[in-house]
Amino acid sequence: MTSRIDNKRCLKMYKQMLTIRRFEEKAIELFEHNLIRGNIHPCIGQEAVSVGACTPLRRDDFMVNTHRGHGNCIAKGADLKRMMAELFGKSTGYCKGKGGSMHIADFEGGNLGANGIVGGGLPIAAGAGIGIQNRGTDQVAVCFFGDGATNQGTFHESLNLAALWKLPVIFVCENNLYGLSTPVREAVSADHISDRAMAYGIPGMSIDGNDIIAVHTKMVEAVERARAGEGPTLLDCITYRFFGHFTGDPGKGITYRSKEEMGQWLERCPIKRFRERLIKEKRITEKMAKTMEANVTASIEEAVQFAKESPLPLPEEALQDLFH
Amino acid sequence: MAEITFVESLRMTLKEEMERDPSLMLIGEDIGRYGGIFGVTKGLLEEFGPQRVRSAPISESAIIGSALGAAMTGIRTVAELMYIDFTPVAMDQIVNQAAKMCYMSGGKAKVPMVIRTQEGGGRGNAAQHSQCLEALFLHIPGLKIVMPSTPYDARGLLKTAIRDDNPVMFIEHKLLYASKGSIPEGEYLIPFGQADIKRKGKDVTIVAISYMVIVALRAAARLAEEGIEAEVIDLRTLVPMDFEAILKSVRNTNRVVIVHEGCRRGGIGAEIAAQIQEEAFDALDAPVERVGALNVPIPYSEPLENAVIPDEEDIVKAVKKVLYRS
Repeated sequence: MTSRIDNKRCLKMYKQMLTIRRFEEKAIELFEHNLIRGNIHPCIGQEAVSVGACTPLRRDDFMVNTHRGHGNCIAKGADLKRMMAELFGKSTGYCKGKGGSMHIADFEGGNLGANGIVGGGLPIAAGAGIGIQNRGTDQVAVCFFGDGATNQGTFHESLNLAALWKLPVIFVCENNLYGLSTPVREAVSADHISDRAMAYGIPGMSIDGNDIIAVHTKMVEAVERARAGEGPTLLDCITYRFFGHFTGDPGKGITYRSKEEMGQWLERCPIKRFRERLIKEKRITEKMAKTMEANVTASIEEAVQFAKESPLPLPEEALQDLFH
Repeated sequence: MAEITFVESLRMTLKEEMERDPSLMLIGEDIGRYGGIFGVTKGLLEEFGPQRVRSAPISESAIIGSALGAAMTGIRTVAELMYIDFTPVAMDQIVNQAAKMCYMSGGKAKVPMVIRTQEGGGRGNAAQHSQCLEALFLHIPGLKIVMPSTPYDARGLLKTAIRDDNPVMFIEHKLLYASKGSIPEGEYLIPFGQADIKRKGKDVTIVAISYMVIVALRAAARLAEEGIEAEVIDLRTLVPMDFEAILKSVRNTNRVVIVHEGCRRGGIGAEIAAQIQEEAFDALDAPVERVGALNVPIPYSEPLENAVIPDEEDIVKAVKKVLYRS
């Protein structure tokens, strides 16, 4: 299955997944040491969706993100140093310390920002699609959201609008099976979230979100369709967050998820699976993987160092940036 | 100087701005073939086509959110919400998204969007089509608020709003649409934060907005017959607010009445009164008076609606109160 993707791209995808995992682990550690405020919603376990969905994108394509969005930022090409600095609330962060974990935006890289409101980003992505259509370019906009967002009115309004006007938007559901503690089967009336695409007459499919090749393959098709002016696609990527909802969730979500269930999903770790596949297909050796791992760890440490050494904003900066 | 209606002024301005900026887009319900519920966009679809005049489904959140997404990615946009009473349907997109995008991103997001809407009672449209909700938006940092009272101001302010790189709430009043006014030949822009003294006077300052400026001017004419010279200040924009103009007038008249059609409780008058006592307590010869709607939803029946919405008589009474005359 990986044969259609060249080696270079495969290794880059693997490295990005690793980077996301290590970034999140480090962020949790820093949070626990009180170096990061507020809360973090780690995407550990969902790396295949981020990287699989962003790899087919160009830098000038747009991305709208969620509160669990560090992985998507990294996959869309964000700079680790500026991301980490933002988590530290430093002036050198992507938002000069005004946004934090839930609001990292990188407009130069097409990242229109993450959202603290579930479902808040869907209409914005539709709007980015309108912009593309009016300019007549072949860009696309990808919109990430969780399973919980599919019950918000904005999901339905935005899919309807995008379908109606054939907007170049790919709606990527990071379906991690829980909206905070509520299981998707207790919240979504449809059997599959992808079934909801039918209501808007657009293609919709549910895929194994822990299989990066599956995500990548479907995303390539959806992007081609959007670039060709044929309209939006809904991809329901079924995955799992190994960590809990956020850094304050007791026992990584053990109050609402069974040990057995969590164990089964750990077995299906997207990074482990991809690594095994790459080794089996002789695209990577154990030695190469180790070197890559060391490089990733070093880049995270470098980002932390940068964040630590960066200046905090001055109190008077609180009054700046209200208007452009 | 041509005499045109408020609606014609808005339409002419939209048309000119669309000609000036080939990317400028309109989005809203029934704004295409139908020309908008109040006829503001009549003819624009035919002239500019369906990509630039997007008649949207009844999806207020998607209208505002997609206007925001388009604006953030370089398409200057004017979104129309038929009634301000429908803004609560899209409140997340206005309050949490559009208003915060620039600040939250450390000043990087550029959001050139206008939300055109209209408010006000007086026509028996009842509780969900008559509200004045400007105070809700005054409370949200990150939004500019424009409330024109004449066709002349509407034109100059709408041009400024469209060319602004930030979200602007452009709040019209349904009772003003048919009003007429003179518009000079050629282009003019009215900067934000510049109040207009609609009538000069030395005895009392009346601060008003939107349709209440017209009502205040009528009250001032009546007061003049009794020898009371009221100065009527039309704020024109709430954010930014020309507080200097208020202060200057208050220091001159020493008495002030603030008039708005929204509920008195938590209305814009409360904010302005608080600022006046902070900055010019020494200049006041009487407590600041506020005239606003009673604290109930707008009722349907005419005598009830009239009882709730402030009128000329209420303003006259308030002025006499600050002058200790009755």
